[in-house]
Amino acid sequence: MSASDTLLNRPAPPFSRADLSGARITLSAYQGKVVLLNFWATWCAPCRIELPRFAAWQKQFAPEGLQVLAVSMDDDPAAVRSLLRKLRPDYPILMGDAKLGEMYGGILGLPVTFLIDRHGTIRARFEGEADLGAMESQLRKLLSH
Amino acid sequence: MHRNRVVLAALGFVSFAVAHAQSAISATSIPKDQLIQPEQLNRELQSHPRDLLILQVGSHVLFEEAHIPGSEYAGPGSRPAGLDALRARVAALPRSRSVVIYCGCCPWEKCPNIAPAWQLLHQMGFTHVRALCIANNFGSDWVAKGYPAEKSQ
Repeated sequence: MSASDTLLNRPAPPFSRADLSGARITLSAYQGKVVLLNFWATWCAPCRIELPRFAAWQKQFAPEGLQVLAVSMDDDPAAVRSLLRKLRPDYPILMGDAKLGEMYGGILGLPVTFLIDRHGTIRARFEGEADLGAMESQLRKLLSH
Repeated sequence: MHRNRVVLAALGFVSFAVAHAQSAISATSIPKDQLIQPEQLNRELQSHPRDLLILQVGSHVLFEEAHIPGSEYAGPGSRPAGLDALRARVAALPRSRSVVIYCGCCPWEKCPNIAPAWQLLHQMGFTHVRALCIANNFGSDWVAKGYPAEKSQ
């Protein structure tokens, strides 16, 4: 069983760090919401394909309690800031690092997306070019609870 | 009106994604006879590790998390500064040196790093360059297979 498999149905590893706007983002503060935690990077083409869907979901499902959190695994925040000036997503963007990646079972390829339920438990993990239809289906199920 | 703004914002995201996808040199442009599969590289590492110079040409954050033991970071291949780093690393080497480059950031055909790095080494005159063909990502196709990996200190 891989390190990432052991995270399923277990509490999401806690973290607290500033996002690119300087706001402190603490995972535990989102208890009661469904969190879509997306690890991505500006150079990752499959990641950039997912961005519009996540932005749309944030808008569509926010009233039902969805919170998207995006962790950039870029080496340089300048590249991320440059992208965000164009795209202006409606959710926090944090800079990740090896430590956060290891906490989440090893982020050794992108994109990786976790769905975390309202109690802070990881219920799904998607890797690579994910089936966004399946992801949305799981998301809706979690939001219905 | 609100729905129109959402649609326009989504179109902005999509066009950015497509533009960037098209500008990268594709990993599929690397000739098949210059690829090495993970299983083969693992065998070579077990039998004669010192013969190989292995360079990771992708993400430094991912390199810090896990990399092939003995490999060095020389990237990212998708950025001019990364290619400069690669160029500097190999500049003094004999052009017959056996070099393996790898990335594993994302699915092979989408990797923005490996082909530019391979192209640079060929332009510099290296004659024994192989690219580690990682179909999905380094985690699935190397670490999860039990091949050797270490993290940065």
